[in-house]
Amino acid sequence: MWRKKFIILFVFAAGIIACSKDAVEAVFAGFEKPEGFPEPVYRFADNKITKEGFELGRKLFYDPVLSANNTISCGSCHIQTSAFTHHGHSVSHGIFDRLGTRNSPPIMNLAWSTSFMWDGGVFDLDLQPIVPITSHVEMGDSMSNVLTKLRTSSMYPAMFSKAFGSSEITATRFLKALSQFMLMCVSNNAKYDSVTRGQAVFTTDEQAGYKLFQQKCGTCHQEPLFTDYSFRNNGLSISNVNDEGRYAVTLNAGDRYKFKVPSLRNLDYTPPYMHDGRFLTIEAVLDHYAGEVQSTPNLDPLLHTGDQLGIAISPKEKVQLLAFLKTLDDRHFITDQRFSEQ
Amino acid sequence: MKYTIALTTLFVLAISSCKKDDAPLYNNDIKAELSVEFDNIAGSSDLQLNTGIYTNAAGEKLTVNKLKYYVSNFVLTRMDGLVYTVPQDSSYFLVDESDETSHAPVLHIPEGEYKTLTFTVGVDSLRCTKDISERTGVLDPTDKGADMYWGWNSGYIFFKLEGTSPSSTSAGNVFMYHIGGFGGYSSATINNIKTVTLDLTERGTPKVKQGKETNIHLMVDIMKMFNGSSNVSIAANPVVMFSDYSVSIANNYTAMFRHDHTEN
Repeated sequence: MWRKKFIILFVFAAGIIACSKDAVEAVFAGFEKPEGFPEPVYRFADNKITKEGFELGRKLFYDPVLSANNTISCGSCHIQTSAFTHHGHSVSHGIFDRLGTRNSPPIMNLAWSTSFMWDGGVFDLDLQPIVPITSHVEMGDSMSNVLTKLRTSSMYPAMFSKAFGSSEITATRFLKALSQFMLMCVSNNAKYDSVTRGQAVFTTDEQAGYKLFQQKCGTCHQEPLFTDYSFRNNGLSISNVNDEGRYAVTLNAGDRYKFKVPSLRNLDYTPPYMHDGRFLTIEAVLDHYAGEVQSTPNLDPLLHTGDQLGIAISPKEKVQLLAFLKTLDDRHFITDQRFSEQ
Repeated sequence: MKYTIALTTLFVLAISSCKKDDAPLYNNDIKAELSVEFDNIAGSSDLQLNTGIYTNAAGEKLTVNKLKYYVSNFVLTRMDGLVYTVPQDSSYFLVDESDETSHAPVLHIPEGEYKTLTFTVGVDSLRCTKDISERTGVLDPTDKGADMYWGWNSGYIFFKLEGTSPSSTSAGNVFMYHIGGFGGYSSATINNIKTVTLDLTERGTPKVKQGKETNIHLMVDIMKMFNGSSNVSIAANPVVMFSDYSVSIANNYTAMFRHDHTEN
């Protein structure tokens, strides 16, 4: 009898130990599609996300060794506290302080993104990092040189080994690890999400703003990702750079001056706004839509009804829209330690 | 009865002699080597990088500093009608004038005598959209293919010719022709993937057999890129990359390739 009790106790204890072990491992849940989000478009079958792969990707993301003179990392222009944008910079300055021509876009919810860059020139997240690494105004290096630096480093071979089963450092593994980190950067904990989940309620202004948003903005900035991933001309004046946007990629005259519709999630954290960062505040963006839209080639039909350019927004509605837009800020996302430099 | 036996014997003999006639020369089950040499020339001169001076149909003098192009998806047709497609994974090559070892890609094809050679100038659209893990060797955009890849508009440069010309209006009198465009991923764009088919019967058919080296020698006249259905003027178009005009250049360079002779 005593012996039987002992055995039962032993089994129970073993069970507890097993549970606690499970709990530790469960900390890394991998990629999870948030409830209410559509199916992601990234081909996860070609890149299974693991804890080690994600951690390697994070290490690479914050490592300036990815640039020609080891000064600029991905994280230099994609700063977490600014939802992975380059706070305060209309266009980013890269290596040797060279300036680009476009505003650094946020890194969030990329598993749903059908294309990358403001003009959609890159169609596969795995191919995206090649662009900033080799751009002479961003990181200014060559991929083969970056890979050589990683191969001769003291820590990367071991990290690649943990992530991919052998210490071999290939372009494929390098790019897939970076993708793993970026794919994990999911933002779905804004107040808007809590309201959607029935865990919070909007204030009166927020609720009024939400209704206005759905009427006036929601076609392009489609919920729940707040973009429809299309390319549109939103009537900005043509700047001296004469950036023709999507046209450069397709050479289709109908794409001239079209840029990708950006997500509005974390809007408050990501000024300045537009492809060239010309607007410093959200108010300035609303003012643009309310009264500054210009009839340039391929202006989106939604911004041109009858003789009216832009979107009718009264001062009161502006206040309500601003209140709603602030509910898209995801404090948890920009402070999540998992996405920070370790 | 005796007569029947004799007839049968004759018949059997006839059959076996027939067999003997066509059997052992080629073995369809054996794959043998065939090299295809891309011998780059400029008109009637061998192409001399950096030093040779040539004149195009527009009367412009030019010197070539760089010439690179992809050839891929080789298909050969045998005299008996068999069409053999070289497996894709061993069918991508980058011809680089500055690298002697790249001039004669080696194919492994069934033994036999072949009458036509078909290949793509560039990279087929499907491969242009593949996962990074399937872009190896000369197609690796981070290594051997880095100089032939547009990162900002994901895609390969199929053909690259660079040099200098006093007629060029661009800085340093350089001219650059970087021609690509696979038709687009989500929106239709220009498609400069070209297929070339060459008849081999006029200038000597390759007789491919294990244990011997067979070589199809092609002449690739880069002046045809300038001189074609529409003549390319360096003064008017010193730099052509991803633009509508690239279509005219690709149409011209498709005619660069001609079969000169075969070494059996």
